[in-house]
Amino acid sequence: MSTITDKPQVKDGVDQDTVDAVQSVGDKYKYGFETDIEMDFAPKGVNEDIVRLISAKNEEPEWMTDWRLDAFRRWQAMVEPEWAMVHYPEIDFQDLYYYARPKSMAVKPKSLDDVDPKLLATYEKLGIPLKEQMILAGVEGAEGAPVDGRRVAVDAVFDSVSVGTTFRDELAKAGVIFCSISEAIREYPDLVKKYLGSVVPQSDNFYATLNSAVFSDGSFVYIPPNTKCPMELSTYFRINAENTGQFERTLIIADKGSYVSYLEGCTAPKRDTNQLHAAVVELVILEDAEIKYSTVQNWFPGDENGMGGIYNFVTKRADCRGDRAKVMWTQVETGSAVTWKYPSCILRGDDSSGEFYSIAIANNYQQADTGTKMVHLGKNTKSRIVSKGISAGRAQNTYRGLVSMHPKAKNSRNYTQCDSLLIGDKCGAHTVPYIEVRNNSSRVEHEATTSKVDDDQLFYCRQRGIDEEAALALIVNGFAKEVLQALPMEFAMEAQALVAISLEGSVG
Amino acid sequence: MLNINNLHVELEDEDKAILKGLSLTVPAGEVHAIMGPNGSGKSTMSYVLSGKGGYEVTGGTATLDGVNLLDMEPDERAAAGLFLAFQYPVEIPGVGNMTFLRTAVNCQRKARGEEELSAADFLKIIREKAKSLKIDAEMLKRPVNVGFSGGEKKRNEILQMAMLEPKMCILDETDSGLDVDAMKLVSDGVNALRDGKRSFLVITHYQRLLDHIKPDVVHIMADGRIVKSGGPDLALEVEHNGYADILAEVAA
Repeated sequence: MSTITDKPQVKDGVDQDTVDAVQSVGDKYKYGFETDIEMDFAPKGVNEDIVRLISAKNEEPEWMTDWRLDAFRRWQAMVEPEWAMVHYPEIDFQDLYYYARPKSMAVKPKSLDDVDPKLLATYEKLGIPLKEQMILAGVEGAEGAPVDGRRVAVDAVFDSVSVGTTFRDELAKAGVIFCSISEAIREYPDLVKKYLGSVVPQSDNFYATLNSAVFSDGSFVYIPPNTKCPMELSTYFRINAENTGQFERTLIIADKGSYVSYLEGCTAPKRDTNQLHAAVVELVILEDAEIKYSTVQNWFPGDENGMGGIYNFVTKRADCRGDRAKVMWTQVETGSAVTWKYPSCILRGDDSSGEFYSIAIANNYQQADTGTKMVHLGKNTKSRIVSKGISAGRAQNTYRGLVSMHPKAKNSRNYTQCDSLLIGDKCGAHTVPYIEVRNNSSRVEHEATTSKVDDDQLFYCRQRGIDEEAALALIVNGFAKEVLQALPMEFAMEAQALVAISLEGSVG
Repeated sequence: MLNINNLHVELEDEDKAILKGLSLTVPAGEVHAIMGPNGSGKSTMSYVLSGKGGYEVTGGTATLDGVNLLDMEPDERAAAGLFLAFQYPVEIPGVGNMTFLRTAVNCQRKARGEEELSAADFLKIIREKAKSLKIDAEMLKRPVNVGFSGGEKKRNEILQMAMLEPKMCILDETDSGLDVDAMKLVSDGVNALRDGKRSFLVITHYQRLLDHIKPDVVHIMADGRIVKSGGPDLALEVEHNGYADILAEVAA
């Protein structure tokens, strides 16, 4: 068979700039280098001893060890889910390392100055600022960058451990706790006990349960009542060691009337074997509080022949526990060989709102099955879903979403807009929406939330002759673009370039 | 061109009458000004004609070239040739000014069964028109009205009007918030669109705008209807004496 004719062809009618932008994402993986560093590994495989060992390495109290063991026992009785539109060879969960720590981290460094220079160099190379310096908005060294740049606090997680967290003292002055989850378990046990597993229960799903048993590190954030977090927070995940699974756990609590914006970034070296990443993120949002959570997921996607890449099986959920609580998920997914991920919103409080904005780009042999769940429990709850899937090469991109209106969720609204674009003739796009409405005053439809501002924008567009549907699409797309452009930090620059991608020629 | 006959309008939510028997005719090619005290229903009239929600028409008619406006969707009214320059143009974050206008122009063309403008043709036309209104290319790329000054927003409204080439233009207090120079620029833009066929309804509080945009007829509106109509002198009278005398005269 000729390899030339078998090569995916670009379809007619697709904007050339879009093709170029998507290809540039797929061709060059800039973060594929490896850090040559001595590591301590736990023995391969997972069993109760490994769970205890991870717990011991983190110097955890007994209740935490028991919690992990409980999860592990539940996990043993569970089976891997098969409903997602992704295919990959069976994972041998006993052939993985569950704990890998740089040797230099055996004694926890007291400050970033004590961290192994090789580790610091890794983050520098990735463009992640671990120095508490002013960060210029925009590209580093870019001409005309404003001098009054934003500051961003970073928690850097390398394989199984947190290397360091910046700006802690300054955040502490505002009462904000930002540290690794392993430290939080030791230092703030009451908060952790109260909230860990309260959004994603131990038995939630196969990967979340495994994570509950073996998570090694991750970030912990607590924003006290009526506090606006004085700077952006972020966690940068780096998988370096071979044959190692990364299981991180993030817990963010926004107490009454507080606000925080948080960004997560992820990269890994190029290897021709697959690696497992199974994270859990829990967000707790109390009355009148707001969390913005952004992800730039750029795990190694595998090479052009589909060799290697990360299996990314992630459970992310936000619980709007108080009235008027707000959450916004923004994700830019360009990495991973296989993605299985549905950042969700439980809209429990009355008048609470959840938003989900996603751009997923799949190249070569990548497979992405991603979307969201909006569970409306409280009265007058609002949700908005905007998802764009772009497939090139032989990639498969699936949007899977659930909108559920419970009987008590009177007068609730959802607006969903999903677009997909197929760039080649050998890729696929799929949309799997699930809708459940169990009261008669809620609306699930292609209509923007009816806030005053949106009504005025809609009328403005329509007065100019733009029909209702086109006007909604225009406003919502604009909003999504705005959201992406507002992604904090330098390593979101790539995401901003993607915003230019046009979905003209979209398949619907 | 525009015919409003005995129009009665209430607020949908409050059961409160705003327009109480408004009648007004603007023939093709003419410029009519509407002045009147605050709360007389001037902005309501512009919203009702263009189809904004929240109002209930309880009686009367409004037609554009004989076609009933009140039965149409807002975008259909626009495609039929009705344009409203807003008093407070809204911001639409993330939507480029150019994209917005091109979508609008082509939606209207499509609705009228005309061929859509190509990107190149559109670009050529908008550049010319923007130049004459002293709108720089940078402003065309920025999101619709986001971060625009008051003057820029109003100039942008006139640019949209120039691109959409409506038959009937309603300007709702376009002069509010403009300094003298900006008012001149906006007025020049409007005057450039006067071609003997296109009609204008200019809502304003101040006579000075009418120094620049010369009206054929001036109407005084009070309590939801036109109470007096006259030539350009009527605007001067209002400027000097306020509305009290006119209203007293009408009441008598």
